[in-house]
Amino acid sequence: MKTRNIMNEDEIKRIITRIAHEILEKNEERNQLALIGVRTRGVFLASRLQKNIKEIENIDIPIGIVDITLHRDDLDQLSVMPIVGKTEINFDVTDKIVIIVDDVLFSGRTVRAALDELNDFGRPKKIQLAVLIDRGHRELPIKADYVGKNLPTSMDEKVKVYLKECDEKEGASILCMNGPENIS
Amino acid sequence: MHEWTRKHLLSIEELSKEEILTILETAESFKDISLRPIKKSPVLRGKTIVLLFYEPSTRTSTSFSLAAKRLSADIVNIPVKSSSVQKGESLIDTVANLEALKIHTVVMRHSRAGAPMMLAKHTNASIINAGDGCHEHPTQALLDMFTIKQNKGSFDGLKITIVGDILHSRVARSNIWGLSKLGAEVTVCGPPTMIPVEVEKMGVKVTYDLKEAIAGADVVNLLRVQFERESGMLFPSVREYAAMFSMDDTMERFMKKDALIMHPGPINRGVEISSSMADGKRSVILEQVTNGLAVRMAVLYLISGEKNNSEEA
Amino acid sequence: MKILIKNGTVIDPVIGDIKKSDVLIENNRISSVIPNISEDKCEIFDASGLFVCPGFVDIHVHLREPGFETMETIETGTRAALKGGFTTVACMPNTNPPVDNEGIVSLIKLRAEKDGYVEVLPVACITKQRKGEELAEIGKLVAAGACAISDDGSSVMNSMVMRRAFEYIKMFNIPLIAHCEDHNLSKRGQINEGYYSTSLGLNGIPSISEESMIMRDILLCEYVDSRLHIAHVSTKGSVQIIREAKKRGVKVTCETAPHFFSLTEEVLAGYDTNFKVNPPLREKEDLLAIQRGLKDGTIDAIATDHAPHTSDDKNKEFQDAPFGMIGLETAFSVGVTELVKKNILTLPELIKKLTTGPAEVLNIERGIIKEGSLANITIVDKDKKYTVDKEFFVGKSKNSPFIGRELTGSIEGVFVNGKLKYDKGVFNK
Repeated sequence: MKTRNIMNEDEIKRIITRIAHEILEKNEERNQLALIGVRTRGVFLASRLQKNIKEIENIDIPIGIVDITLHRDDLDQLSVMPIVGKTEINFDVTDKIVIIVDDVLFSGRTVRAALDELNDFGRPKKIQLAVLIDRGHRELPIKADYVGKNLPTSMDEKVKVYLKECDEKEGASILCMNGPENIS
Repeated sequence: MHEWTRKHLLSIEELSKEEILTILETAESFKDISLRPIKKSPVLRGKTIVLLFYEPSTRTSTSFSLAAKRLSADIVNIPVKSSSVQKGESLIDTVANLEALKIHTVVMRHSRAGAPMMLAKHTNASIINAGDGCHEHPTQALLDMFTIKQNKGSFDGLKITIVGDILHSRVARSNIWGLSKLGAEVTVCGPPTMIPVEVEKMGVKVTYDLKEAIAGADVVNLLRVQFERESGMLFPSVREYAAMFSMDDTMERFMKKDALIMHPGPINRGVEISSSMADGKRSVILEQVTNGLAVRMAVLYLISGEKNNSEEA
Repeated sequence: MKILIKNGTVIDPVIGDIKKSDVLIENNRISSVIPNISEDKCEIFDASGLFVCPGFVDIHVHLREPGFETMETIETGTRAALKGGFTTVACMPNTNPPVDNEGIVSLIKLRAEKDGYVEVLPVACITKQRKGEELAEIGKLVAAGACAISDDGSSVMNSMVMRRAFEYIKMFNIPLIAHCEDHNLSKRGQINEGYYSTSLGLNGIPSISEESMIMRDILLCEYVDSRLHIAHVSTKGSVQIIREAKKRGVKVTCETAPHFFSLTEEVLAGYDTNFKVNPPLREKEDLLAIQRGLKDGTIDAIATDHAPHTSDDKNKEFQDAPFGMIGLETAFSVGVTELVKKNILTLPELIKKLTTGPAEVLNIERGIIKEGSLANITIVDKDKKYTVDKEFFVGKSKNSPFIGRELTGSIEGVFVNGKLKYDKGVFNK
């Protein structure tokens, strides 16, 4: 298995700052903004965005957490049910501009599940999507509004994001399941 | 959290501490769902759950029924009166017939101890024991433990007293197993005729004195006095029982300040507990009912991971 | 017609002797028991490496006929007995109708002669309809061929009726076989009262329900100077009570069943109804006391209490399933495995509990192997191992607690009344 680093701590920092600016540029209704992080790493990215926005405009944006387990569409294929985390949204999402935040956008199924979970809480005015990395290979008609980095990948590769809040390091890597030496 | 790999939930005795904690933690996530505007999750869509109740039960069957609906399962309720059991059909035949309808889970209440274990051996469906005779009532104990955890945070060194007809109580047995595994100290209290032989070997202390039992207890769980069982031999009269074992205002001063009062319901007001205690500050009796829903959702969710062949066409 | 059993080792339980010897059978009698018999013109049964014993006697079986033929019949029950090495069985009277009149005694004897593989001795009721209220016509029953009286399955709760029964049988040369259980104490009980009844939430059958009734029956028997045989002893206290009674000269004998010296209550943890039996499986110290009682002679006999039940009946909720386990086919092997191999009893001691022990209880000339005695002979291999499965059983029911276990000791040949009826798995009626 081969590992290739594709992003370091500084890059992540710059991307977060940029996306924070983009969010403010795109949405004039500051008081309607809300951030929702997708468990696990989306939560930390959302909270970094919240801090950045506070630094830029000195406004407090509410932040929530979604756990998508109960809306996964592959539960039927699993033999052990995954652990269910808590969804914590302590504000009314109705008429808010909600920005869902996740680390990697891939098939789009996680985002679909997050949209469904969010739906149980009310009817936002708009929902937007912010991701650190878009690696392609969409299986659903979903597109991110804010992308940190577009990263062409092949299906047998894995993209892994590391954040200090839950990992020992900060950055992102591509793990190639079939290293070149295995390709015949 | 620990992975859940069991096909059935038959007893608390067979669960490990980790498995109990997994259920309790999963229940925490599910408790929030009931607070949302839309109290429904699609997670068990396509699963069929049968509630097979051979004993009347309003609260347990309602709780399971609602839990299954909140998780979008299809649910069939078979109370004893309308089932063919009264036509003399054997339990195994009844379930074989249900199984032919491709069900996933049977939630079962039965007056005979061990009936769910027997069924688990003879069927492909997952079995959830919703109370079997005087043996166990796992989900009741789990919701009791969940309520204690929500109020007390942890179980280590917690002193828990169970008062009443321990001999005939499946709630007591499940609670004794579960609480001891989680590190609590359990005391049982009741007249000697209602304390089963060698119950100490299950890891509990025994006392016949209510004051002694509640002094220093963090939680007092009062069992329903079961008039319907052959109680004539066990205590002379309800009046005498209440005089010696009723949790009323006079007991208040023997209790710890922050001690909780629990009851699995339905309550005999004025017998095992006075109204003022049942409705008072310490009482978490209604909280138990609310938590029952979350715990049963968690159990249905965890059990549904089992891909049993009963569903296959 | 002569048959010669050659090269075997003969066990004579009467004198506790064990020696290399041949056995010659002429017609239905043993004509000679000496080494190196050379005899032409006779059939030979090669018993090299095997032990030649008197045919086993089981004084406690349920053949279920008449009335419960779906569970067992005289034909299938005696086939099971034969496979287990038993050449004589005494069958209990809790049939339907019960054996409380001489017609039923005759019916059983007739059926046994026609369909049976081994000798069948009917036990008749103590009281009419086994109700414990009025004495049955014991004189007529004995005249018709009853070998003992018993209300097995229940106790005669009325002490006055029991006293009269003890007195009445003094006219006859038969024992009263008592099922000792105080039904008020054991009411609704399912398993032994103790840790397991508590943790499994089942009603308990306390040891005192057995012991208090044994005590009562011994006192009644002693008071009127009668004869008492106590069925299926299961507890430590019972063994002690009987030991003391014997010491002071009461005419009391008793039996235990193979499951009481081999199994304890913890097997019930999975609610397997094949372990549901009455008296119930008890605790480790009871098992050890039973073993000591066998060794010191307090317990005279091993009797199977063979109690067949259909799988439909056993596949019920524990509380609704009937009590009882089969035992004929496995009794000897369980004895070898649990008593002989574990040095509790010697092989001749075990054989005695299966032959002269029970024969003396009934006061019948069975269980002996000597010149002139009836040629009921059981030939065993004490070392052969096998694993018990459902197919092993040749009776109608399969409710054995030993399914899946490996046992040592097998029955290789059985002669009944001079005929080789069972020969290494082959039955000759």
